[in-house]
Amino acid sequence: MSKYRILNTRVPRVDAVDKASGKALYTDDLKRPGMLYAAILHSPLAHARILNIDTSRAERLPGVKAIVTHREAGITPYGVSPARYDETIFCHDKVRYVGDEIAAVAAVDHDTALEAANLIKADFEEMPAVLDGRMAMDDGQPQLHEMYENNICARVHWHFGDIEEGRRQSHLVRTDRLTSKMQDAAFMEPQSVLAEVDSHGNLTMWSSTQAPHYVQRTLALALRLPLHKVRVIKPAVGGGFGPKASCSTAELATCLLAIKTGNPVKITFDREQVFLHSRARHQFFHTMTTGVRKDGTLAFLEHQCILDGGAYASFGIVTIYYAGSLLGGPYRLKNMKYDGYRVVTNKPACGAQRGHGAVIARALFEVQLDRIAEELGMDPIELRLKNVMEAGETTCNELYVSSFGMREALEAVRDSAAWKKKRSSSGKTRGRGTGIGAACGFFVSGAGYSIYRSRTYHCTVLTKVDEVGGGVTVFSGAADIGQGSDTVLAMITAEELGLDVDDVKVVAGDSSLSVDLGAYSSRTTLMTGHACREAARDVKQQILNAVGGCLGVPPETLDLKDNRVVGLADKIDFSELRREYLQEHRGFMDLPDGPHLTFREASRIAFLECGTIVGTGKYRPPPLGGSFKGAAVGTSPAFGCSAQVAEVSVDLETGEVTLGRITGAHDCGFAINPTQVEGQMQGSMMMGTGEALMEQIIYDKKGRIINANLAEYKIPTALDMPRLETIIVESNEPHGPYGAKEVGEGAIMPVIPSILNAIYDATGVRIEELPVTPERLVAALQADRNKSQRKK
Amino acid sequence: MKKIISLTVNGVMHEVAIEPRRTLLELLREDLGLTGTKKGCGIGDCGSCTVLVDGMATLSCLTLAIQVDGRSVETVEGLARDGKLSRLQQSFVDQGAIQCGFCTPGMLMTATELLRRNPHPDEQEIRRAISGNLCRCTGYQKIVEAVQAAARTEP
Repeated sequence: MSKYRILNTRVPRVDAVDKASGKALYTDDLKRPGMLYAAILHSPLAHARILNIDTSRAERLPGVKAIVTHREAGITPYGVSPARYDETIFCHDKVRYVGDEIAAVAAVDHDTALEAANLIKADFEEMPAVLDGRMAMDDGQPQLHEMYENNICARVHWHFGDIEEGRRQSHLVRTDRLTSKMQDAAFMEPQSVLAEVDSHGNLTMWSSTQAPHYVQRTLALALRLPLHKVRVIKPAVGGGFGPKASCSTAELATCLLAIKTGNPVKITFDREQVFLHSRARHQFFHTMTTGVRKDGTLAFLEHQCILDGGAYASFGIVTIYYAGSLLGGPYRLKNMKYDGYRVVTNKPACGAQRGHGAVIARALFEVQLDRIAEELGMDPIELRLKNVMEAGETTCNELYVSSFGMREALEAVRDSAAWKKKRSSSGKTRGRGTGIGAACGFFVSGAGYSIYRSRTYHCTVLTKVDEVGGGVTVFSGAADIGQGSDTVLAMITAEELGLDVDDVKVVAGDSSLSVDLGAYSSRTTLMTGHACREAARDVKQQILNAVGGCLGVPPETLDLKDNRVVGLADKIDFSELRREYLQEHRGFMDLPDGPHLTFREASRIAFLECGTIVGTGKYRPPPLGGSFKGAAVGTSPAFGCSAQVAEVSVDLETGEVTLGRITGAHDCGFAINPTQVEGQMQGSMMMGTGEALMEQIIYDKKGRIINANLAEYKIPTALDMPRLETIIVESNEPHGPYGAKEVGEGAIMPVIPSILNAIYDATGVRIEELPVTPERLVAALQADRNKSQRKK
Repeated sequence: MKKIISLTVNGVMHEVAIEPRRTLLELLREDLGLTGTKKGCGIGDCGSCTVLVDGMATLSCLTLAIQVDGRSVETVEGLARDGKLSRLQQSFVDQGAIQCGFCTPGMLMTATELLRRNPHPDEQEIRRAISGNLCRCTGYQKIVEAVQAAARTEP
């Protein structure tokens, strides 16, 4: 029997009915009186000097209200990491990728805005472009930014333990490589922004953002406005997965146009613009050398990585650190060396995407473990089990793992998928077209530090009791982008106050309500969950103090449960309080009666005694991590971990991969809502499947994306996905509210490598370039056949 | 030059003047204020804008408004009756088939059409029916389960 009434149950999401009936409002659904429509002029060239921008013809077009370029916007640098502010609202000296923003127009309707944008004449002097991340650092390559010598935007050199010692201990050492392509998050809702200025100069922007707080700061910085004059509201958001975490030119330009015209202004990206704006998955080039002892114990990892990040830094500094730091777990690894380079190229800028920075590194490392197991003649799951960390251990890069269900997760997928039976038979059938593979993963449960250097609270929550009694409202800046954080806040509040979820209103996603760093790094359940619980407990204490005071009962003997006050001994007479409540509500129906003092009465009494009852909560992580450079990235109050077994069949003639059963287990500490945990796991499986098998941005020689649409940039459909088996592991995280930690991103970690390992089992060939398209697989199978024929 | 058309949307007759180049999606969202129908791509790739035209699942972004002159359109706003969600909508809510919710209206319309012509589809028939509706959040699992659950309770 659970000790909770609401938590750990499958309560339907608080926004589900509105979303099922078409009532939920997303940014593009909003309309304001006098609203204008904006359009952006994008660069047609990958790298060019801007000679002139002539807006005169566009200005003469009837219906055009304002045109803005760098001349109006100014060139205040901004970006994500303060040390790498390399963007301006509009390009002023040169353009750096096809899609870079040059100007924006506001007009009476969408068609006029688009026509005006096309009438702006920009003259360029085309420059040589660098499009290959591996060559970007070479001498003599075109340089994108003065501040990035040899196009290196960030570099990381880490050495933990002693890899030479690790090498000496090694019985087996092997080097492997894996390359990926830039990928798109492909959320269903294209970015949309609506901005408006009131008569006091207060700017309000509604945006499909993941991080209202960071966007508020960037708007104030780049538009040179006082922070308190900027308010960012997040309506319903149709998925984010990372790219919607950074402030965009669409947001900045729309605000600027609203300021300039005095009218509300809206812009909504078309799907091509979503691809052009990107800020999605980087292209990774990983090389790893791993050594193990004879018994399979990991001895060392030497890791090099080049990240092609496109034209601007965006989140890329964090990405290059994550790509190295998150290999510290989930295995015991004493010696690790990492050299990472994040380079800029003339392509759309990359940023954060689910499993930030760590996904492809994880994929290669898990492939290596399989190859090592094969050489040692060990079962790949046994090799992993031999090396997994346990709770209470610290990684070589000083990440402390306070709860850790890694072993349990791995054993769960092994047993659920009948691994031993299938793998032993498939060992003999390697290369016959069906295969099974396993992998693990490791991820933060919220970033330990904010993106700007500060001791800011990462989140605050205000919970207010309705003065009329009966319900409460939770005010939070947290951003529900579809992952379900509003529901988590409602459930926590209802649990603490003994209410039903329907009696808790959640008003969230607004920078004017509270501070919350936003929906990224899988932080909301743990961090905002803490703050929400604290606010609810604050409210409860105030109500119980008021009730206890009226009745002469010590408040510590009272509690709120099942919509009433509990702990009142039978002899306590509260009839005076009830009489007062009934007197106030003469003529009302459904008045409280019975032997218990209801929450409705108690909360009304508290108001009568004390005035409005507001509870507050806050959270920031304790100081975390080591003192080496870059130690902050990868730190977290807690770490999630996951395991997956994938089964595939491969058509050896066509190279087509079909997924069989996918079995995943994730340690989320404690499932506040098991349905939502499963939803995150299943969504991760789908995104990982796409990245493993079909998703890739393709550029032509001029740096133009040739598949900037959802027909040619393929993501899995319902027919591509098999049945997904999900197993929830609960390790009871001591630093999480109720023991809870992340699931949003960690669950993607084992997806790609488990599929790659299964494909190897099915075909006998390894593919070193993602995605594993039929073309690549057929070519590899052909090369393998040629090689074996030569041997004969 | 605007053209006057008349159509029924969710049982209500409308007469509107609209330019021939504008789409049914624009008519619904902008002229009639029915913003439940979503635009995810505008070129027929994602299925978010699916509505029923004379009972047939139709991509409203690829349909000109004037093509529905004299016809009957159903959108997500028309699925509930007297404030009560349809069986399928309720099943989406109960099964956790909704995350960001942006694909939900199109998904519901496609599945509504499926269940009308095939009240007891098997899993593969459901997956085939919704394979033109992209969803990036759910991995489709709970959507398939929600359609199955709704079909089980179908009279």
